[in-house]
Amino acid sequence: MNNEAFAIARQTLLQPAGLEPAQLEGVIATVLEAPVDLADLYLQFARSESWILEDGIVKEGHHSIEQGFGIRAVCGDKTGFAYSDVIALDTMRTAAGNVCAIARHPADARELITAPGRPRRLYPATDPLHSLGSEEKIALLQRLDQLARQSDSRVEQVIVSLAGTYEVVLIATQEGAMHADVRPLVRLNVNVIMAQNGRREQGSAGGGGRTDYRWFLQQGRAEEYVAEAIRQAQVNLEAGEAPAGSMTVVLGSGWPGVLLHEAIGHGLEGDFNRKGTSAFSGRIGEKVASPLCTVVDDGTLPGRRGSLNLDDEGTPTGHTVLIENGILKGYLHDRLNARLMNSAPTGNGRRESYAYAPLPRMTNTYMLAGRHSPEEIIASVDKGLYAKNFGGGQVDITSGKFVFSASEAYWIEKGRITRPVKGATLIGNGPDVLTRVSMVGDDLELDPGVGTCGKDGQSVPVGVGQPTLRVDGLTVGGTNV
Amino acid sequence: MEAIETRLDSLQDKVAMVLEQARKQGASGAEAGAGLDEGLAATARMGEVETVEYHCDQSLGVTVYFGGRKGSASTSDLSDASLRETVEAACAIARHASEDPCAGLPDPDSLAREIPDLDLNHPWALGADRAIELAIECEQAALTHHREIVNSEGATVNTHHGIRVLGNTLGFLHGYPASRHSLSCAVVGKRGGQMQRDYWYTVARDPLELEAPQAVGLKAAQRTIARLGARSLSTRQVPVIYAAEIASSLIGHFLAGVRGGNLYRKTSFLVDSLGKSIFPDFVHIHEQPHIPKGIGSAPYDNEGVATRAHDLVHGGKVASYILDSYSARKLEMETTGNAGGVHNVVIDPGASDRARLLKEMGTGLLVTELMGHGINLVTGDYSRGAAGFWIENGEIQYPVEEITIAGNLKDMFAGLLAVGSDVDRRGNIRTGSLWLDNMTVAGN
Repeated sequence: MNNEAFAIARQTLLQPAGLEPAQLEGVIATVLEAPVDLADLYLQFARSESWILEDGIVKEGHHSIEQGFGIRAVCGDKTGFAYSDVIALDTMRTAAGNVCAIARHPADARELITAPGRPRRLYPATDPLHSLGSEEKIALLQRLDQLARQSDSRVEQVIVSLAGTYEVVLIATQEGAMHADVRPLVRLNVNVIMAQNGRREQGSAGGGGRTDYRWFLQQGRAEEYVAEAIRQAQVNLEAGEAPAGSMTVVLGSGWPGVLLHEAIGHGLEGDFNRKGTSAFSGRIGEKVASPLCTVVDDGTLPGRRGSLNLDDEGTPTGHTVLIENGILKGYLHDRLNARLMNSAPTGNGRRESYAYAPLPRMTNTYMLAGRHSPEEIIASVDKGLYAKNFGGGQVDITSGKFVFSASEAYWIEKGRITRPVKGATLIGNGPDVLTRVSMVGDDLELDPGVGTCGKDGQSVPVGVGQPTLRVDGLTVGGTNV
Repeated sequence: MEAIETRLDSLQDKVAMVLEQARKQGASGAEAGAGLDEGLAATARMGEVETVEYHCDQSLGVTVYFGGRKGSASTSDLSDASLRETVEAACAIARHASEDPCAGLPDPDSLAREIPDLDLNHPWALGADRAIELAIECEQAALTHHREIVNSEGATVNTHHGIRVLGNTLGFLHGYPASRHSLSCAVVGKRGGQMQRDYWYTVARDPLELEAPQAVGLKAAQRTIARLGARSLSTRQVPVIYAAEIASSLIGHFLAGVRGGNLYRKTSFLVDSLGKSIFPDFVHIHEQPHIPKGIGSAPYDNEGVATRAHDLVHGGKVASYILDSYSARKLEMETTGNAGGVHNVVIDPGASDRARLLKEMGTGLLVTELMGHGINLVTGDYSRGAAGFWIENGEIQYPVEEITIAGNLKDMFAGLLAVGSDVDRRGNIRTGSLWLDNMTVAGN
C-alpha cells in the first residue's frame, strides 16, 4: 500500500465525513450478503482549475470541486451501479441496497484471477494547483501571448489555456483491500490564428502530464508550444487542396499514433471481445499486422498523461503486448471482463469519475521503433502523402472502420516533400491497416500529453505514440481528385 | 423515486445565499446556477439484464464580477461550507483576472420577466424491473427480426428528471423542473466475414411520446441488415444526400459558424456573414425556444435572458448571429438569448420525402453515418468518414463504407439543392434529409 496516498485519501475523503476505513468495509460486506461475484466502492475528490487568455488578457478562470462515491455489484456479466455526490454512511448504505438487486442468480464458481505486480510511484502525490501562485500562472500566459505575437506579424488572435487537476481516489474492494492514489494532471495549450491576404488559418500545440505546473517552465517546453503553434499556422497558410483517394501515406512520429488507438486499441478492449462485437473478436494468435509491428499499451510510464499507479479498480497498471511482430497477442482487461474470459486483469479498468462504472480502457498505446530513419522512409515514396500531425479520430468497433484527421500534411513526389496540403480525414480498416505497414522508423516518440479518449460517454486522459510509419494504401479524404 | 420538485425552494435559497455571499465578498455582480438530477438507466443484452445504474447528481456554479474582472467556480458539494468556499474561489480568480470592459451581467432589460410554462416535466415512475422489461422487449424485437442479426450491444432505457435554478444580483431568481427519457438499441449483423452494427433511438420529455420499444428494436435491426455487404467506392465527385437522422450535424456547423464566440475571435468561416447569402433563396432556418415539450425548449437562456423565436437564415441570408451578452458586446450588438446554445433550431422542410429525393437525385450517395471530426471551422474545410448507400436510377444499389466525403462548408451550403419532408424531430436541431450538390467522395 502507498502510505502517503492512503494518508491523503483518508484525510480528504473520510475525515470530513467522519468515516473510518472499517465502515467502508462494512458497506462492501452489505453488498456481499447478496450472491455477487465482484463488488467495489470508489471514493473520489477532484479539484480542478483553468485559466484562459485571449485578446491579450486573462479573461477568466474557473475552479471546480467534484466529489462523491460510486458503488458497484457484479453478478456474472450483470452490473448494478449507483453513485452520489454525498459521501456519507447513509447514502452509501442506500446505494449498496440498490446495487445488490442485480444479483438474481447464484454467483458462478469462476475465480477472480488477480494481477501480479505492486502499485507504483509514477508521479508525485502533490496538488499541482498550488505549484505556482495565481500571479505566476497569469504571467506565464501573458508571456506566451507576447511571444506568439512577436514571432509573426500575421498573428491575429492568441488563446492560451492552463489547466490542472488534483484528484484523490480511495477504492475498497470485496477482498477487503483498500487502495489509494493521488493523481495530479496538468495541461497547457496554445492556439494561434494567423491571417494573410484575407485567408485565415490556425495552429495549435500543447502538452502536459501527471506532474505540476513548473514542468512547463523547464526545458523551454511552454515556449516550444508557442513555436509549434506558430509553425503549424504558417504551414497551413501555404497549404493547397488535399488529395483524394487511396495512396501511400507516411505517418509522422508521436501523436499520429492516434492511428493505433483507433485502428487497434479500441478493438482489443476486453468488453467488445467478450461480447464478440469487435472486428478483432476471437483472433488472438492471428496475423493482423506486418511483422515489423509490435504494439503495446503501457500504463507504467512515469509522469505520462495516460499513466496510473493503479487503475480505478485498484489493479496495478501494466505493460500489455497487444501485437507482437504482427501477431495479435492480447486484450485489455478490467476485472469484470478478465474474469468472464478467464484472464488476469491488465490494469485497464478505468472510469471518468465516481459517477461512472469502470470499463476496459487504454492508457498509453504505442508502437515500438523499427530500423529506418524518417528520411529514408520519405525518400522511398514515389507519390504519396506525408501526414505529420493529426487531430482526433473515431472507430466503428464492429466493422473495424476507423478515421483520423490530419492537421498538417505534405505532398511527397519522387522521394521529396514538395508542398503543404490541407488537413483531411484518413479512413481505413483496423484489422488490415497494419498489414500494409512496409517501413517502421527508428524515431519512436510519444505524444506531448494532449490525448482524451471517449467511450460510452466517459472521457479519460490517454497517451499514444509511434515512430514514423509508411502505410501502403490508405484512403485520404481530400477534395483534389 | 422521491419527488425532486419539492426541493425547488431549497435550491433557490442556496442560489440566493451564494449571490449574497458574493456581494459580501465585494463582487459588483454575480450569477449562480444550480441543478439536481435523478435518474435510472437499465440495459438489456442478449435477452437479459446487463446493467442497472442509479443516477443522482447535484451541482452549483457561480460567476462573479468585480467590475470587468470575472471569475467562476463550481462544486458538487452543496453544503453551506462548500458553497462559501466556492464563492471565495470564484472571487480569488476574479481578483487576478484582467479588466475586460465587455464582461458583466446581461442588460437588465433583456432578462426574462414572464416565465412561460413549456410543459417540460413528465417524470416517469419507472422502477428498475419495468425498465429492464422494456429494454428486453426492445432488444428482442431486433434480435428476432432476421437470422443475420447475430449479436447485440444491447438496448437501454434511460430516464432522468430534475430541477434547475438560475439567479443573478439583478434580482433574477427562477427555476423549473424538466424530464428526459430515452430508449435506444444497437445490434450486430453478420454476413460472410463481415460484421456491421447500427442503432436507433427515441427520446422525449414525456414518456408517452417515446416510440414503442418494438419499433425502436425493429428499426435498429433493419438499419443493421441494410448495411451488410457494404463495400467501398472508387474516388469520384457526386451529389450527396445527408439522411435526416445525421443531417443535423450540417446545420450544427452553420450554427457554430455564426456563434458569437467564434465570430469575435475570428475563428469562423462565417465572419462578417450577417445579411449575406450563404444558402440558396429557399432556405429558412429559425429558432423556436418555446415549443411545448421540446427537447431544446427553454424559457430563458443560461444568463436569464428571455429566449424568443427568431430567424437565423431568411431567404438564404444570415438573419441573426447566435449571441450571449459577452459576445454581443464584443461585436457591438445585442444578445440573442443564446447563452449556453440554441433552443430548437428548425430548417423548413420541402415537399419531397426521402424516396422522392433519391429519385430526383438519380445518381449519387446517400449518407447515413458520419465518422470523425474533420471540420476546420476557421476555413470551412470539411472532410469526414462516411457510410451509406450508393444510389442509381433513384434507388439504393448497395451499402457503402470506408469512404470519405469532402468539400468546403461555404460551397456545401451554397450547393444545398433541397430539404426533405422527412423531418427528424428528436433532437435540438430539426431537419429533413439534405441534398447537396457535388462533393468529393474518396475511396479505394
